Amino acid sequence: MYSEKVMDHFMNPRNVGEMKDADGVGEVGNPTCGDLMKIYIKVENGIITNVMFQTFGCGAAIATSSMITELAKGKTIDEALKLTRDDVAEELDGLPPIKMHCSNLSADALRAAIEDYRKKNPGK
Amino acid sequence: MKRIYMDHSGTTPIDPRVLEAMMPFLTEKFANPSSIYTEGREVRASLDQARVQVAKALNADAGEITFTSGGTESDNLGIKGIALGRKEKGGHIITTTIEHHAVTHTVDYLGENGFDISFLPVNKYGQVELETLENEIRDDTFLLSLVYGNNEIGTIQDMRDIVKLAHKHDVLVHTDAVQAVAKIPIDVKDLGVDLLSLSGHKIYGPKGIGALYARKGLRLAAVQHGGGHEKNLRSGTENVAGVIGLGKAMEIGEIGLTTEIPRVKAMRDRLVKCILSELEDSYLNGHPEKRLPHNAHFRFSYIEGEALLLNLDMMGIVASTGSACSSKSLKASHVLLAIGLTPEQAHGSLRLTLGKGNTDEEIDTVLEAVPKVVKKLRAMSPLGHGGGK
Repeated sequence: MYSEKVMDHFMNPRNVGEMKDADGVGEVGNPTCGDLMKIYIKVENGIITNVMFQTFGCGAAIATSSMITELAKGKTIDEALKLTRDDVAEELDGLPPIKMHCSNLSADALRAAIEDYRKKNPGK
Repeated sequence: MKRIYMDHSGTTPIDPRVLEAMMPFLTEKFANPSSIYTEGREVRASLDQARVQVAKALNADAGEITFTSGGTESDNLGIKGIALGRKEKGGHIITTTIEHHAVTHTVDYLGENGFDISFLPVNKYGQVELETLENEIRDDTFLLSLVYGNNEIGTIQDMRDIVKLAHKHDVLVHTDAVQAVAKIPIDVKDLGVDLLSLSGHKIYGPKGIGALYARKGLRLAAVQHGGGHEKNLRSGTENVAGVIGLGKAMEIGEIGLTTEIPRVKAMRDRLVKCILSELEDSYLNGHPEKRLPHNAHFRFSYIEGEALLLNLDMMGIVASTGSACSSKSLKASHVLLAIGLTPEQAHGSLRLTLGKGNTDEEIDTVLEAVPKVVKKLRAMSPLGHGGGK
């Protein structure tokens, strides 16, 4: 049901944990639905230099979270904002159709983190 | 890596002795038991013998056993058979909120076709309380269908008392005993149930075979029509090898109640005790004592069951969960919601169902793996913490 890439990111997730000195934090989903994602970003000169995540959820939720941290790292804010749910799914060699909507929230969480950063740093 | 199978409530492997008994009926003894020549009569005799084996394990009479394709068909035949076999049209059926879908969706169908259906709530252990039942019984109530041992949380109902109360009000009782057979002693005369469903593949028999016990004198309508097999209750050429396998599995299962089950229960008890003491914010779902001897059903806060299950799978441990994320419908298990868990709580469930093949060494491995995985997932979770005690 899950691709090898999903299983790899799920079993060995990249960039897990809380970032205490994050410049922006985004949280989406809710535990009732079974998925809650928190993305932390560090921004220097308009570039996302570090991304970390914490996720409560299924295999797909954890794998998509891990993948977005890899995709976003090193990108400018504007580039990162262009990342979509489909990009994440594609990079993971696809997700089961049933998981496309409920668990593929990491692009939304990243966007929320960037919005949080912009709110705290107006004009950037 | 040797896999550790702990999903025996999902299905079981065929016992070698069962397979051995079946083999001749898949090869040389292929005759149709309805044929009147020698070969047919011989197969018929073996079929009758298997019916006696099944009946004996339940303390029933052979004439009270109808072979079906499994638990689902037995539930369908028992419930629809009684409902449609009545002279009166319509009427009231009571069931519970923790039934298997084979019962829930069967009564739903009857509900769409002129019958009134009530779903009894259960207490936090998953038990029907007598007072709740008595309040629900009406003048036109004719049937109660109640799972004996729950397939998810393992809770066993106080069946004898429930049957007594139902009979006092002239209500027949059907029980889905698919999970209870060969796990706890079942004597239909002592329990008093009128109908009982069982399945082959949950008791080390083959898939595609089951049986319905229906007390003598009950009037049942057939659900599947045709050539009049099984006393006109279930037409279709008999699944001979399956029937032979079920007979053997029932016989072995009954012996196992005093030999195999105490060993399984001891392993289960150690598993539960150690997991609950090792991990904080962990709970046992279902009744602490009145539960199937092979069932351990946990709930861990802050994590989700599918992730837990897949991690265990990668470590070679086969388990099951009631989490919404693992189901096709993306809905949390109705049983877990019925015992009062929130969807959030239901997500973190893990079912381990033990069986004959499991060993103490395997329990040791699971006792190492589960806390490790739970802690790993909790460390990832924005809700939780490290999780160890």
